[in-house]
Order: sequence, then C-alpha cells, then structure tokens
Amino acid sequence: MPELDMIVNNWPEPASLDLASGKYTKIWQGPQHPGVTGNMALEITLEGDVVQECRTHVGYLHRGFEKLMERRTFMQCFPIVCRICVPEPDYNEYLFAAAVEELAGIEVPDRGQWIRALTLEMIRIASLTMGLGGQAGAFGLGTIGQWTVAHRDLMLDLFEELTGARLYHMYILPGGVRQDLPEGFVEHLETVLNKFEILIQEIERVLFNNAVFKARAEGLGIIPSDWVEPYGITGTTARAAGVPLDIRKNNPYLIYDELDFEMITGSKSDAFERTMLRKEEVLLSINLIRQILQKMPRTGSVRTKLPNVLHWNVPAGETYVRAETGRGEMGYYMVSDGTEYPRRIHVRGASYTHALAVLEKLAVGQSIADIAGLMVSLQTCPPEIER
Amino acid sequence: MKTLIETLKTNSLITSVEAKREDLIFISCEPDHLIEILTDLRDWKNFRHLVMISAVDWIEQGQFQLTYLLYNYENHSDIGVKIRIPRENPEAQSIHHLWKTAHIYQRELHEMFGIVFPGSPRLEESMLLEGWDQIPPMRKEFDTKKYSEETFFPRPGRQTSDPKAHMKQTNYPDDAKMNDELKQLVRDNRKKNREVQDA
Repeated sequence: MPELDMIVNNWPEPASLDLASGKYTKIWQGPQHPGVTGNMALEITLEGDVVQECRTHVGYLHRGFEKLMERRTFMQCFPIVCRICVPEPDYNEYLFAAAVEELAGIEVPDRGQWIRALTLEMIRIASLTMGLGGQAGAFGLGTIGQWTVAHRDLMLDLFEELTGARLYHMYILPGGVRQDLPEGFVEHLETVLNKFEILIQEIERVLFNNAVFKARAEGLGIIPSDWVEPYGITGTTARAAGVPLDIRKNNPYLIYDELDFEMITGSKSDAFERTMLRKEEVLLSINLIRQILQKMPRTGSVRTKLPNVLHWNVPAGETYVRAETGRGEMGYYMVSDGTEYPRRIHVRGASYTHALAVLEKLAVGQSIADIAGLMVSLQTCPPEIER
Repeated sequence: MKTLIETLKTNSLITSVEAKREDLIFISCEPDHLIEILTDLRDWKNFRHLVMISAVDWIEQGQFQLTYLLYNYENHSDIGVKIRIPRENPEAQSIHHLWKTAHIYQRELHEMFGIVFPGSPRLEESMLLEGWDQIPPMRKEFDTKKYSEETFFPRPGRQTSDPKAHMKQTNYPDDAKMNDELKQLVRDNRKKNREVQDA
C-alpha cells in the first residue's frame, strides 16, 4: 500500500534543538510536585523562560499491579486493586468487582448497587476538592490547599466510620459491598456535605474572584475541542472543551440512570474553566448523594453469597468496564481463561493520555512558571499511569 | 447496534464477531488487515475514540493477543478489535498515524511485552526499564519471584540499635574501632584464662 507507507513515513520527527548552542537550558521539573499525587518528572528545554520542548518521564512509581494480579486468585486481587490510585481508590474496587461480576454472571442486590454509587460519589468529592486545592497551590494560593485537605479529612472520617479504613477501603467487593451503612451514618454525611457547600462558597469568593488566579489561569493551556478525539481526552478536561462526555450520563452504570442530573460542560477550555468545572462537579456530586440517600431502598441485603472464593474459577471470557472518575474515564479490561487466576487485567486511566501526550504538546510555548498549574489542571495522577 | 453486527458479519476480513454486552462487541481479524478495519471503524462507523491498546499473553498457544478498544461518541458503544500475533519475534502494524495517543500504548507494549511496531515514534524510549537485560517483564514466562530473589538482597543494616553506639560509630570511627579492638583483646584474654583454669 503506497499511500499507507507515505502516511507512516511522514510522521513529523520532533524538532531537534541544538543544546550545544548555549541558547537553551534543560531542567527537570519533578519528580516531586506539590499538588500532584505521585511522582512524575518533566524534562523541559527552555529558551529564556519559555518551554521549547517537554518530555514526560514516568517510572518512579511503578508497582507492577497488572503483573501482581496475574499471580493472585481473583479474591486475592481484590485487596490490592484499591492501591492503584491514591485519591480515588473506590473506583478501582468498583471496576474490578464489576468486571468479575460480568464474567462470572453474579447479580448484585439493589441496595448494594446504591451504596456503591454513594461511596463512589463521596470519594469523588474528596478527590475533586483536593484537586481544587492543588490547583490553587500551583499558583501560589496555598491557603486554599489547606482548607481543602482539611475538608477531605472530614470525608475520610466518614469512610473510616463506614469501612474501617481511611484511604484504602476494601469495601466494594465482587458480589456487593462488605456491610450495610452504620447507624447514624446518614446524619453524619449530611453534616459533612453542608460543610463542603460552605467550603465551595468560600473557594468561589477567594479563588475564582482572585485577581492573581484569574490573570494566570485564564487562557492557560487551551485545548481545542478537535483535540479530544485524536488525543483520547475524557472527563472534565473534555467537558471543559465543550464535548459532552460523561460516562455517568452516556453509559449509565450502577444506578445512575435513576438519578436526575445534567451534564456540566464549558466552552473556553482553559485552566480556569477546568478548575471552575471541577468546582461545579463537587456541587453536582453533593446533589447526587442527596438524591441517592432519598431514593435508596431502605432495606435489603447488600451482597450476594459468592462461591467458595478459595477455589473460584471465573468462567473464561473478556470484558471492559468503565466509570467516570474525577479525572476522566477509568476502565478495566479483564481476560479470564477459566482458571482461578486472571489471565490479564489492564487498567486504563485518564491520566495516561492526559499527562503523556496532551501535556507534552500543551507545555510548548508556555512559561516555566505556568507548567505546574497546567499539569494540575489536566488532573494528572501518576499512580494510574504506572499500574 | 444490531445493524452494525450484521454489517460486520458481512465483512470478509473479519473472522469472528462476538456481542459481549449491549454496548460492547469483540471482533477478530488477521494482523495484516488491522489498519484497514480500524480505519473503516474510525471513519465510517464513528468509532473515533481509542480507549486503549492492550496485549494478552497466550503462552500455551505461542501467541500474543492485541486488543484495540474503540468507543463511539454517538451511540456510546465500544468495539474491541482483536488480532493474534506469534510470540516469536512479535511484530504488529503501528497505528500511530491514526490516533495521536497510540504511540504511547505501543511504547509500553514494546517495553513490557517486547512487541515491535515498525515506524512508531520514540518506540525504543523506555518508560521505566532503563538498562533492562532480561526478557520483557509482562510476559508470562518472566518469573518475578526468581528475579527478585536474584536481584535484591536483604540489607545488612545497623549492627546495633543503641543510638549512642551508632553515633560514636559514625562520628568517631577510629575511636570506635580502637574500642572494639580493645574489647576483643579483653574477651580473648578472658577466654584464654578460662581455658588455662579449666585445664
């Protein structure tokens, strides 16, 4: 095929910069970044203080989960999947459980599904709020980061009450959730939600009306909407570009089709808009939690009985399940060969494309001072790049 | 979705069509026809979002399975395109010109499974395994336990947990050494005396 060869060979080589000319400086930003959970390095070539080339280097955080899971039985995989992502562990638990349930044909009781959705929305609030703090911190407004981390702790307290653990909950397991809501949990949750609403109001006043934040975030890192398809952009980053992509709405999982909500989209697609959208998402999640608490069945079991998990052969097959995290689409591709061990589990995180392809492209031409803010505005999360 | 399945079944390049869910289909094809099928799906069937590329190691059959998962923005459904390539000298067609993110997945597959994608940019650039001389680690025959036992050893660690002794060791190593030698001398003498007495 001559046409194909032409296309393949015409792939533009990255412009090679003459480093010996003394015109450029090469520096490394990271691997530690305040505001980003995990380690990831940016190799930046500067001319003056303008970035000419940016290369993302990962490899500081690799824990080999995909390989580890191939050597464990399905039930032994369940406690380690939550460790893949630090800010939003529950999505990993849910997606692993959903994939196993689909392969094994397990039905989850209704109340179990509602409680799952409740936990997912709770951790989504915690993660998005911390992301807001990180965004403010990247532009030198550290106070907001302290507020949001303190409020995230309130949410972690609730998780401790619900699951016994603050970060890695190991709560959503194949077949349902581990146990029912404890007594008085709903009232505690309502108190914390009210505190979050007040926090969002304060953030609105202090961050979004702040001259410094406006001056630095507006117009920073604009992603045109036609980048969404070739770069595989998902989540708030895509919605800020005006592309209506929300898996909760498009491919409703759990009980999201019974909830009443509108997808939030933006149009300007800069760092300011993305942060604004994340703030709106927190309010949406609060609204969704209230709806869930209202519409949830009051009684019923929360988990089905699994077969003996020590000798559990999941039927052969393959599947892909996805969910909408705070950063974008997260999915699990699971292949089972009919034995006790999974043949392959591939974890697809939104940051994989955002931090490796989009950031390298967006950073060019920006000032070195804006790189941190740009990186946080793409919701970079190195733990899900390196599984 | 049903019409799509019917259309796919009439395509002679596609060897099997399997409807997994209402919004998820898996199809298989020969490795040589991969780009034709992906281009057709992208440009004519609206599957324009590349969700992921993944490899599965079927070591018993001596094959790698590559799965390309595409997503349709209009009717919100997925299609997985599967190809099988031999495990010996694995090579597949590169699709970096179809999606801008494809080369990153291909880089990872090259690093972790050793699959070669001719023409893919920055393919040799490793994400994590700098100076790796073993077989690619995500292959099934790579024994993680054996590797870690051969590569990593328990650290000798500090001999004493007493902070005073530790500080002395770090700050005044000569004194500490002399002290140790003296102690050893005393110990040896005592031992000698005891042996003499016993005799």
